[in-house]
Amino acid sequence: MKRFVAFLSKEFLHIFRDVRTIMILFLIPVFQILIFGYVIKNEVKDAKVAVLDKSNDIMTAGIINKMDAANDIEIVGLLNSYDEIEHYFKSNKVKAVVVFQEDFANDYTREKKAEIQIILDASEPNLANLLSSYISAISKEYAAERNIGASQIKVSVEPRMLFNENLNSAYMFVPGTMALILMVITALMSSISIVREKEIGTMEVLLVSPLRPIQIILGKLVPYAILSIINAISVIVIGNIVFGVPILGNPLVLLLVSFTFILMALSLGLFISTVAKTQHVAMFISMFGLLMPTMLLSGFIFPIENMPIALQYFSKIVPAKYFLLAIKSVMLKGLGLSYIWKELLVLLGMTASFILISVKKFKVRLD
Amino acid sequence: MRTLLILLRKEFLQIFRNRFMLPLIFVLPFVQTLILVYAATLELKNADIVIVDQDHSIMSQTLCSKFEASPFFSVEFQNSNYDKLDRLLLTEETKAVLVIPENFENDLRSGIKTSLQLNLNAIDGQSAGLINIYVGQTVMSQLSSLKPFANKSQLMIMPASIDSHPRFWYNPTLNFKHYMLPGILTILVSMIGIFLTALNIVREKEMGTIEQINVTPIKKWQFIAGKLLPFWIIGIFDLALGLGVGMLLFDMPFVGSPLTLLVFAGLYLITAIGLGLLVSDFASTIQQAMFTMFFFFLIFVLMCGMFTAVESMPHWAQVFNKFNPMYYFMLTIRSVLLKGSQIKDMLFELFALLIYSVLSISVAVWQYKKIK
Repeated sequence: MKRFVAFLSKEFLHIFRDVRTIMILFLIPVFQILIFGYVIKNEVKDAKVAVLDKSNDIMTAGIINKMDAANDIEIVGLLNSYDEIEHYFKSNKVKAVVVFQEDFANDYTREKKAEIQIILDASEPNLANLLSSYISAISKEYAAERNIGASQIKVSVEPRMLFNENLNSAYMFVPGTMALILMVITALMSSISIVREKEIGTMEVLLVSPLRPIQIILGKLVPYAILSIINAISVIVIGNIVFGVPILGNPLVLLLVSFTFILMALSLGLFISTVAKTQHVAMFISMFGLLMPTMLLSGFIFPIENMPIALQYFSKIVPAKYFLLAIKSVMLKGLGLSYIWKELLVLLGMTASFILISVKKFKVRLD
Repeated sequence: MRTLLILLRKEFLQIFRNRFMLPLIFVLPFVQTLILVYAATLELKNADIVIVDQDHSIMSQTLCSKFEASPFFSVEFQNSNYDKLDRLLLTEETKAVLVIPENFENDLRSGIKTSLQLNLNAIDGQSAGLINIYVGQTVMSQLSSLKPFANKSQLMIMPASIDSHPRFWYNPTLNFKHYMLPGILTILVSMIGIFLTALNIVREKEMGTIEQINVTPIKKWQFIAGKLLPFWIIGIFDLALGLGVGMLLFDMPFVGSPLTLLVFAGLYLITAIGLGLLVSDFASTIQQAMFTMFFFFLIFVLMCGMFTAVESMPHWAQVFNKFNPMYYFMLTIRSVLLKGSQIKDMLFELFALLIYSVLSISVAVWQYKKIK
């Protein structure tokens, strides 16, 4: 036991001696959450729009004014001909051009029907789509203001946003960031640190020491487990204080879920370190086998339902998917163990199989 | 010059001898274009929705079949009480539950305001918002042609309408893959520039072979050039490979001239490699280099406008992007591929990348010290 404690303190020294890496480890989740919270927004704000007004009457002026007053749109120029549009798009000066044909107001009063053409730079399709519906809504609103008294159909769709009334995007990225950071610290850091000892040759020294292999492995893993728990808690606290992400469920269950995931990540790190011979290999396995799936195939940023079937099946072996399902249920829906035992079981099953394979592959002798 | 050639030969030998580096160079473009482009989609397709029809009228039936025919939804019908419906949402069995109330058709016909209730699992706020929009559009497109029967006096006043016709240039089908692929290629080029370069040098440091170079009469710039050129060539090669895969598989358009793309990609790669060299100057272990890069990479990628429009970001983020080389490349590669922008359209971006490439390489040469 004394030997083990000494070994453990050696590992901690190793980690804390490198102040810069430690700082970065704690800064990554903080920056990521702040960027997601303040920068990544899927809404239109101050989108630059130009106008090509061939009619120049009271109505077009009214609509242009209404657009300019809207928060989402900024009118940056008045064009004179169609030929100018292409240049404006190619040099990325505007996202859309609104075209009024001649006799706009006349058409409206005489034929009860006027047309606006919205030309959009659809190289950013979601933005183009949003912008098109904004502009069309503004013009409809303008028409409605002039149409009071006319009969219209009265039907509406009343949305009830469950679990996230204000569509706060933090409900997605706070759990996602947790999954990512736990993966990075536990699986990636620990596997690299074990492989490093192999590569540099110090593993040999450890193996001939009186420490038992299990002690060496535990000594390697425990420091990273502690670090990642601290990190996970800080992510939850920032999410709660800065972005108002609630913790509706039992905090103990939340801790249990996190702990199960950390255990899984550690066993995964162990598994990688038995497979990889060099740090390069360990790193790239971690990057492509862990980080990319955790970010892209777990439902962290992109919904799994929208993916092709093959990727949906593949996502079933991405551990972070189960972690995210479980932790969202506990944090955001306030559900208890009876709802998430399946996810926990899957994670535990993964843990067991990784450990089993690692133990089988672990050799006391280096080759 | 001869020294440089020999150095280059050594670098290429080192890269091609590495059993792990070589497959990476060839496999990376495929993995990225195939998996990333398919996974990274914010298009709504076949969203699960449960419809509860309490009206059972002709109109509610037609509305239901309208939803069934829509490519956005995969519909399931249920006749259950509210408790069970909430449970469906709670257990992630469906994303949305739409309730058509009793007397729906009657109310509509008599001009009484009626509403459909849409219950959404809104944890993924963005998807919930999209589903809400599409449900609204589907309902409106079905019903807006209807005129209420009552109120004959009002019926006389025909409302005038303003119709807007959107025309989507450069991507008429709003293909999300054509939007994502330039972003994925940006990540690909950056990874080769920053990660591979830095890892290559740090490994030499860890193995101690860099000492052997340091004691030779090789000059600083020769050493840097020897590292720069191979990775530059690999970067351009991988960009072409990734682009080729994209053009074959997703019909990625390439409207602009390849030469324009080469100019911007070349400058950006020099910048990226310079950054990689810089990171490796400061790091002494692979772990250190890895996390420093991961940190900056994450910030650059999230900020550069790959997923969301830069214009929608807060002002400080837009200012930050002026110093983010990835932002310029992201903007230019998308413009060249989709819109056919030429150099004269993007002079500012060209100068910015030019300045950054010169800057990052000079700093890398200046910072690299042969003597510890």
